[in-house]
Amino acid sequence: MKTKSFLLAALIAAVGLPASAQSTIKIGEINSYKAQPAFLEPYKKGWELAQDEINAAGGVNGKKLETIFRDDNATPGDAVRVAEELVSREKVALVSGTFLSNVGLAVGDFAKQRKVLFIASEPLTDKLTWATGNDYTFRLRANTAMQTAMLVPEAAKLNKKRWGIVYPNYEYGQSAANWFKKYMTSQSTSGIEFVEQAAPLGKIDAGSVVQAMLDAKVDAVFNVTFGADLQKFVREGNTRGLFTNRPVVSLLSGEPEYLDTLKDETPAGWIVTGYPVMEINTPEHKAFRDAYQKKYNDYPRLGSVVGYATVKSIAAMLKKSGSTDVAKMQGAMKNLEVMSPFGKITWRAQDHQSTMGAYVGKLAKKDGKGVMVDWRYVDGKTVQPTDDEVKRLRASAK
Amino acid sequence: MTALLVQTLNGLAAASSLFLVAVGLSLIFGVTRIVNFAHGSFYMLGVYIAYSVATYFGNAFGFWGGVLAAGVAVALLGVIVEVAILRRIYAAPELLQLIATFALVLIIKDAALYIWGPEDLLGPRAPGFTGAVEIFGRPFPTYDLLLIVLGVAMLFALTTFIKRTRFGLLLRAATEDREMTDALGVNQKLLFTAVFALGCFLAGFGGALQLPREPATLNMDLNIIADVFVVVVIGGLGSLYGAFVAAVIISLVKAYCIGLGNVAMFGVEFEFSKLTLVAEFIVMALVLVFKPNGLFGRPFSHPRASEVIETPIGKPSNVQYATLLVGLMLAASLPLVFDEYTSVLATDVLIFALFAASLGLIIGTAGLGSFGHAAYFGLGAYGAALAAKAGFGFAPSLVCGVALSLTASIVFGWFCVRLSGTYMAMLTLAFAQIVWSIVFQWDAVTGGSNGIVGVWPPELFSDRDNFYWLALALCGAGVLFCWWIVYTPLGYALRASRDSQVKAHAIGLSVMRLQWAAFALAGALGGVAGAIYAFSKGSISPDVSAIPRSVDALVMVLLGGINTLLGPVVGAAVFTWLQDTLARSTEYWRAVLGAIILLLVMVFPKGIVGSIQSLTASMKKRSAA
Repeated sequence: MKTKSFLLAALIAAVGLPASAQSTIKIGEINSYKAQPAFLEPYKKGWELAQDEINAAGGVNGKKLETIFRDDNATPGDAVRVAEELVSREKVALVSGTFLSNVGLAVGDFAKQRKVLFIASEPLTDKLTWATGNDYTFRLRANTAMQTAMLVPEAAKLNKKRWGIVYPNYEYGQSAANWFKKYMTSQSTSGIEFVEQAAPLGKIDAGSVVQAMLDAKVDAVFNVTFGADLQKFVREGNTRGLFTNRPVVSLLSGEPEYLDTLKDETPAGWIVTGYPVMEINTPEHKAFRDAYQKKYNDYPRLGSVVGYATVKSIAAMLKKSGSTDVAKMQGAMKNLEVMSPFGKITWRAQDHQSTMGAYVGKLAKKDGKGVMVDWRYVDGKTVQPTDDEVKRLRASAK
Repeated sequence: MTALLVQTLNGLAAASSLFLVAVGLSLIFGVTRIVNFAHGSFYMLGVYIAYSVATYFGNAFGFWGGVLAAGVAVALLGVIVEVAILRRIYAAPELLQLIATFALVLIIKDAALYIWGPEDLLGPRAPGFTGAVEIFGRPFPTYDLLLIVLGVAMLFALTTFIKRTRFGLLLRAATEDREMTDALGVNQKLLFTAVFALGCFLAGFGGALQLPREPATLNMDLNIIADVFVVVVIGGLGSLYGAFVAAVIISLVKAYCIGLGNVAMFGVEFEFSKLTLVAEFIVMALVLVFKPNGLFGRPFSHPRASEVIETPIGKPSNVQYATLLVGLMLAASLPLVFDEYTSVLATDVLIFALFAASLGLIIGTAGLGSFGHAAYFGLGAYGAALAAKAGFGFAPSLVCGVALSLTASIVFGWFCVRLSGTYMAMLTLAFAQIVWSIVFQWDAVTGGSNGIVGVWPPELFSDRDNFYWLALALCGAGVLFCWWIVYTPLGYALRASRDSQVKAHAIGLSVMRLQWAAFALAGALGGVAGAIYAFSKGSISPDVSAIPRSVDALVMVLLGGINTLLGPVVGAAVFTWLQDTLARSTEYWRAVLGAIILLLVMVFPKGIVGSIQSLTASMKKRSAA
């Protein structure tokens, strides 16, 4: 194969690719940058902030971190192709990223097949760490089950009998609705009823959905929609009075990505999971927020935290493993402790899920903008199923 | 009962914007025969522009002025697009304009991202229409009432305009017979530009009216375009009333599905709201099966230009055989020269080449329209993946995938070949969307939106180079089969049926059965591509059968050259390579990809291969003379 390597070298020289420097550790970062820019532009900023901080402090094990960003075109097929490119041509030490659940699962399975480490930052599907979890895949964000579990105690306290559930009609929405029903039924002694509305993602007919909820005479609403669907739902609900005297419990609605667009339409009193970015004043968050504002002249979004914490985790892992050998990195990821802007998180050994949590609080309007009030941090480790349950969920995984 | 009435009002309000956007598309199509993919993008721009104007002024003048300004601004943009781009390619084969408008979709999306940023923008409520009134004891938004009134008023205004004015007269005449209006001395250029501008105005205006109801987002373009196509087709292409009735039907069906909610039928709980994902396509399929020209459409005369008979594809010469052999040998030696990733990328190219070649069989050789070829790609992929998950081996799984897509293409094809032109293309789209929504929602079997993971080939082929050779053998055989078909009696009969249905019929050919056979074959071959795709990626999800996949295939075929053998293969290679390279090296890669496609379309109006062929042919002629 001498000819092959010779021609390859000639090709590389001709194309002008930089020869892989020994002094850097390469990370291959795959994401739907073009399809989900609202989340991923701040994500990339958070990522680069963390990388700059680490490199300014001398890098990891004497080497600088270098990230190669790739767009996955929001499809699993393209994601797997760029992953192949990152692994075989760019020789990255590990791959990371992904936003959509189907893309995350595809890259996770690719990691297992090609025996590469994959740090999933954002995809929420439970399957990534449970039903189809594998030895090579780790995930940062709290999954759908955890996010739902954070809200269930609050929902149970409301003591309502007839719940309306509005969710986007795909796996995330279906899964959240199912967890909610399961947790609520197990918590309550008297019978709880559920009325469901599955809306096509991004295309909710909000007027009709709100009307259907009113006609079904629900006592309370559990909302899973986000983004454009959420905005439409909120506006119609406000106009048609769905939210007067009817409490709403809502997933992710307190995240700046979704809350900021609502402005004076913000429905006060909703119980949500989210990220009260300007109010968290723990030392680690304050340092993060100040550095971010200094660098970008803008406040961080949740995406920024996710990008930042992913890089910090990778750096901590590399420091612990002292090598980019896959087996050593896998070992280092287990029980890895990292300081994130949300405080200390641990990467669980049993299911490769980090314990990064989220903030639960109420929405309120302040100066024509939406804010979170009465919030508290819910640590991700407190909303996990039992270890036996996790073992059962991962039984089918290898 | 009153709940039903209020849901009816909801449906009517939703229908208004849809009607305005759809009627614009319908008028444009009627006169210019352009299937304008960018119509959704014009709608999206309408919402963004209205948002900017409304928030800049922050008062009632800003809002209502913004709505009007959005319509006018989008109309002006439409004029620019028509004059600078579309006008230059009217003479090109039909459908080529489609990829030009597809390129515009990419450019406009990135432009909107650049101008307005990535975050959703929720506009203000409409001044004077912020609240609700009691109707049947339920609060109903006053703005929705306004929309209902506006929708009917616009229908009336447009009808009058088209019936009573000279412009309307010309518009009707051109819709009826383009060449005749031209012969009678009507300024075609001006008319086309004016109609395009009017259509764009309606798109922008319809979008702007949505401002109080939904935020401006970058996904609005593709979210609405499929609905708009459906409305135009159900109503009948070119029909004003049709567009209105269809918009109302679609919106009402959705509103009622939501209103019904969970219903227990025969002891089974059924969630009607889930049907909203696909309701419009089910309605469209039903309408087209019973009314092949839509509800109010008439079979329209195709422009005579399209009856120009294609230059027949000649028998390959010995030189061409030799070239093919050399080409195959070069392709086979690729992994020996280049790195692993080249093999990965080349595998994608091979798969899409077969996929595009199979589509070329339908739209080139058979001369039929298909906007839903991804259905068979997706079914091939899912059939193979499900079989592999059920424990079948590699080869049997591939066969299962192909069998599934063949079955589907036989069934769907039976319905599709009964229609013609754009209606047929739309029915293929409807079937593809129905397939997509089943795959998307049937969580227990298909894994829902997450799809299926862990579909890998056996050990031997997990090496990228080996898999490439396998793909080369399978896809290469498939492509050669597509080419071979062209020269079989079936191929000749298909080409005869395409070039003159009447004459083909007269010499005893059963045109419909021939087309059915071609459709089924092409579906099966698309399934082969899909099945190999599943194993090359290790996982699949519903996007394998979604609209963008069908559009990609169309772009590949048209980019390469519709009536050439090599065209789809070249188109697939160029498109896949471009996307891979651009996505890696530029931030605004979508816009750059769009611009390059646009450029290719202008430089090679017959597709890359088609244009090169006519160039060499004319050079030969000149040197002979």
